[in-house]
Amino acid sequence: MSTNPNSFRNQPDERGHFGAYGGRYVAETLMPLILELEREYRAAKADPAFEAEFDDLLEHYVGRPSPLYFAPRLTEELGGAQVWFKRDELNHTGAHKINNCIGQILLAMRMGKTRIIAETGAGQHGVATATVCARFGLPCTVYMGATDVARQGPNVFRMKLLGAEVVPVTAGAATLKDAMNEALRDWVANVHDTFYIIGTAAGPHPYPELVRDFQSVIGREAREQMLSRTGRLPDLLVAAIGGGSNAIGLFHPFLDDSSVKMLGVEAAGHGLDKEHAASLAGGRPGILHGNKTYLLQDDDGQILEGHSISAGLDYPGIGPEHAWLKESGRVEYTSATDREALEGFQLLCRTEGIIPALEPSHAIAAVTKVAPTMDKDQIIIANLCGRGDKDIFSVAEHLGVKL
Amino acid sequence: MTRLSAAFSKGRPALVTFVTGGDPTPDATPAILDALVEGGADVIELGMPFTDPMADGPAIQAANLRALAAGTSTADIFRIATAFRARHPDVPLVLMGYASPMVTRGAQWFADECAKAGIDGVICVDIPPEEDAELGPFLRAARISLIRLATPTTDAARLPAVLEGSSGFLYYVSVAGITGMQQAGLASIEAAVAKLKAASDIPVAVGFGVRTPEQAGPIAKVADGVVVGSALIDLVARHGTDAAGPVRELTRALSHAVHESRKADA
Repeated sequence: MSTNPNSFRNQPDERGHFGAYGGRYVAETLMPLILELEREYRAAKADPAFEAEFDDLLEHYVGRPSPLYFAPRLTEELGGAQVWFKRDELNHTGAHKINNCIGQILLAMRMGKTRIIAETGAGQHGVATATVCARFGLPCTVYMGATDVARQGPNVFRMKLLGAEVVPVTAGAATLKDAMNEALRDWVANVHDTFYIIGTAAGPHPYPELVRDFQSVIGREAREQMLSRTGRLPDLLVAAIGGGSNAIGLFHPFLDDSSVKMLGVEAAGHGLDKEHAASLAGGRPGILHGNKTYLLQDDDGQILEGHSISAGLDYPGIGPEHAWLKESGRVEYTSATDREALEGFQLLCRTEGIIPALEPSHAIAAVTKVAPTMDKDQIIIANLCGRGDKDIFSVAEHLGVKL
Repeated sequence: MTRLSAAFSKGRPALVTFVTGGDPTPDATPAILDALVEGGADVIELGMPFTDPMADGPAIQAANLRALAAGTSTADIFRIATAFRARHPDVPLVLMGYASPMVTRGAQWFADECAKAGIDGVICVDIPPEEDAELGPFLRAARISLIRLATPTTDAARLPAVLEGSSGFLYYVSVAGITGMQQAGLASIEAAVAKLKAASDIPVAVGFGVRTPEQAGPIAKVADGVVVGSALIDLVARHGTDAAGPVRELTRALSHAVHESRKADA
């Protein structure tokens, strides 16, 4: 990692702070474990055998590198910059989530942990966690809001097929935030043998850092692929943001390439003046789930429910590194509404023969706005972080189609 | 002598009781707090409700949600505290809760409000010593005790950091887990308290999973105080706005068991 004081790539500091954000806001019971995790992660990072095993699994089990694909018909339709996609939807399990799960389960086994827990919203992280648990033969418990269990039936079934126990959480609004609370409660009661695989680049230090590092394979590959295909760097990176793990994974390896602009796209739901899940646009700094970051909250610091058509973006917070990147000005953040995401979804189906998940459909929506304002010799890379098979039922419902 | 140190200097163990502010309604809380005092509680912990009480078991989670559903605001909590202080000038009152509501208007604002309301101490579940700068310096400057938690996972290497800057009492969480669930074995509690006492002069109160006088008495023999929360919260859940009577009765039984615990052997 760079020691250049002007680098954007040397966060967090030794206490896990990204500027004013991040940190370790957890109950005392978890603190010793978090410190142990950090020590073990430092050791793993310095261990070539750990890296070799991670790389080997990514290549032969996940199917990396994922392609970098130039989208000719979408580019023509938008009439501006060239649009390229990083095809992480082609990974095993259909999304970028698996990259992180591979890394964390290797860490868990290195620490001698024998039981895995996870939280999930849409179910993609739950499926990816259940997958790696089956692969390595570890018991897996996935906490999922009861509301999400009801609306994500296929993923619940997938997790069960993979041998995971899916625990519906009825507390609160019974969505991702409540699932995370319940996973933390399980963890605090089972610290001796349990590893918590957090699905996004948030939570207490060192999670935001290690999730980012495991997901940075996306940006490292994209950078090499773009250089070898075109001999140059892209002009703009675009990625959707819930917690922000696919976005930080794409952005981080490019942060010190000053010519590369970056755009993170939050979920504006019904609109920023209505129900949404855009923590940077509509929230303010606060403390939840072990880190300080932008949160949707009321004047008393009570956490508000997020809303998005995409269950994967439906979280009232955002990873702390994004909070810092926003304030430093290095990354620009915008948002896309449910309606715009649905339009992006259909556009990609129609022009490129790719059915995207609703999460990257938000990135596509942003691309449709920004590409026409750019020159034809400029290049955009958008992160296609998940495929849309899981979403066809909810998309049909929103389009008024009965299946 | 502060109200907190007086509460732990009565020549007998102290009963510390917890209820969630605003549960079932902000208007019902004062009578419940009075019932705790009348029942013989030595220290009152008033919970600040939070939407995401991730260290709490089902009983206190539900209490938090009932309080918020009744419209309880941070201003209500400070109103309840101020009125309590006027009625009970000598009973220590501690706010317990999560970081978000405490720091959302700034830690200075929170410390000032605590001082104005006559709060003696603050327990913040999710600010460990590593993040002390978030709240600790502001409380200490306002002469409000920062009461830290020690747990079975707090090893000898961490203990000095936990004790540094904490005052009032040390809250020993006797089980690695959430509030209101199982109880730790007495032998392990005794050993843990002995270690904590050897490291510091600060009183040690033991909580998590203590529900009955029969459980509280033996713990009081080995600790400076016993904390009971979920069992009282269960009574509030069952009796709602009529909870004061049952809360007073249970508190009386608990305080008798705790206060007299060391006499039984004599």
